Amino acid sequence: MKDINVLITGGSKGLGLALGKELASRGARVVLVARGKDALDDAVSAIRATGGVAHGIAADVGEKEAIHRISGQAVALIGPIDVVIHDASTLGPTPLRPLLDTACEDLERVLAVNVVGPFRLTKVLAGPMVLRGRGTIVFISSDAAVSAYPTWGAYGASKAGADHLARILGAELQATGVRVLVIDPGEMDTEMHAAAMPDADRASLADPRAVARSIGARIEEARS
Amino acid sequence: MIGFHPATAPRPSTDVRLLCVDRASGRLDDRRLESLAEQLRSGDLLVLNDAATLPASFLAEGPGGARIEVRLAEPIDSDGRVQAVLFGSGTWRDKTEDRPPPPVLAVGARLTMGTEVAEIVGVSTLSPRLVRLAFLGTREGALAMLYARGRPVQYAYLADELALWDVQTAYAARPWAVEAPSAGLGLTWSMLEMLERRGVELATVTHAAGLSSTGDDAIDRALPLAERSDVPQETIDAIARTHRRGGRVIAVGTSVVRALEGRAAVAMKAGADVTELRLGPSSRLRIVDGILTGMHAPGESHHQLLGAFADAQLLERAVQHAAEGAYLAHELGDTMLIL
Repeated sequence: MKDINVLITGGSKGLGLALGKELASRGARVVLVARGKDALDDAVSAIRATGGVAHGIAADVGEKEAIHRISGQAVALIGPIDVVIHDASTLGPTPLRPLLDTACEDLERVLAVNVVGPFRLTKVLAGPMVLRGRGTIVFISSDAAVSAYPTWGAYGASKAGADHLARILGAELQATGVRVLVIDPGEMDTEMHAAAMPDADRASLADPRAVARSIGARIEEARS
Repeated sequence: MIGFHPATAPRPSTDVRLLCVDRASGRLDDRRLESLAEQLRSGDLLVLNDAATLPASFLAEGPGGARIEVRLAEPIDSDGRVQAVLFGSGTWRDKTEDRPPPPVLAVGARLTMGTEVAEIVGVSTLSPRLVRLAFLGTREGALAMLYARGRPVQYAYLADELALWDVQTAYAARPWAVEAPSAGLGLTWSMLEMLERRGVELATVTHAAGLSSTGDDAIDRALPLAERSDVPQETIDAIARTHRRGGRVIAVGTSVVRALEGRAAVAMKAGADVTELRLGPSSRLRIVDGILTGMHAPGESHHQLLGAFADAQLLERAVQHAAEGAYLAHELGDTMLIL
């Protein structure tokens, strides 16, 4: 992936960070986006320490005003984006709760981060990809998008929405050379998983680094 | 501006009108921008400026706490340096020519924007308001400051402040433009798809469209300043292909004309370049055969450039027709296609 420009949301932790490290080690220039500046600075330093090219942008993908701030800075730093990975997501308040106990505002916030944010960012980044006739847009999904797990309502509904958004986008961009991938990484040993299921047996969960390796291979395959 | 009213807010592209000006017959036709595909032919090439618009205006604190508005005249370069125009008190709601000048700053003076600091490293002989700034931190920090504090350049005729969302084309890529490449603001993906289905090819240049007005006579007379552009090899090839098959190269906006003709005046090569070319009635166009442009009144530098496409009499008739027909002018206004 030498000289490929990659933007990863949710890039300071978990799978997003593992993807940043993996793709940078494959030669890509990466921009990581996350809300927390300290964790973001650590992530960027870790990639640079291994010789990778990385930059961080502290922003919240759930906010409309943040979108051009993200795309403008990212493109100014590394050039037109070839691959965007929508990895940022929120569960909403934890412990998870039934839909009837979910505040309306909490559902709106989950949809803003997990559906509307990726939509807005795609809207801004995919146009130039279409004109160049190449690009890859990756939506990180979850089995909660298809299985109706009790208490996972806000997150599951948002992931189902994002999946369908991605499928329609893929159909609309079919002849353009821009690929849209929806990838369910499975259950991983991450901070987010621990917040959702604190009692899970960590030994049964996948290592995000191994998952990032296989997603990296899928992205390379999609681009070839 | 005589005869024209400005569009004072962003409009849906379905509302944007298109005045078609046929050079050969002198005919004027009132259309909608949505019908652009019907006006072009299979084999034509439409060239877009894919520069995204920067939040090029931000407030800074000068020596002695003076409040200064900085408007970038170009994108920040890889060394963290940039040409900028300084504005004094007042806001965007005041016409630029009515605003008092900023304090005169010498080389070495510093501007503070939160935690970022920029030093004046050059002052133009044209006007003390036209300066070269060097950001003292990292380029990353300068960009973060710009996107946190900066706003798109605003216009006194606007009803409300524009957001960055309002000044981006549907195909904006590298953030190089300090004001929107506005002729393309109304183009939607549905329209671009329709053009491709009709057999019209699309190509891009990235041109760092500069400031349209500063309120400083000396600077305004010199506009447009030198602007950088990047033309991909694919576009050079598409132009050659188009002319070979007898198609027309149509520029979306004056910035595309400047990028292509400025280059052709030297050598039609791909890559990054800077042009100082000023086009007008006596210019000979080497590359571009037609233009989709916003509505510009006589006296504006954009209008001057249109003189390269049509004779003064036809242009005057077109402008008069547009004014009488209540076409809206300026950045968010209606459009004109000269073929």
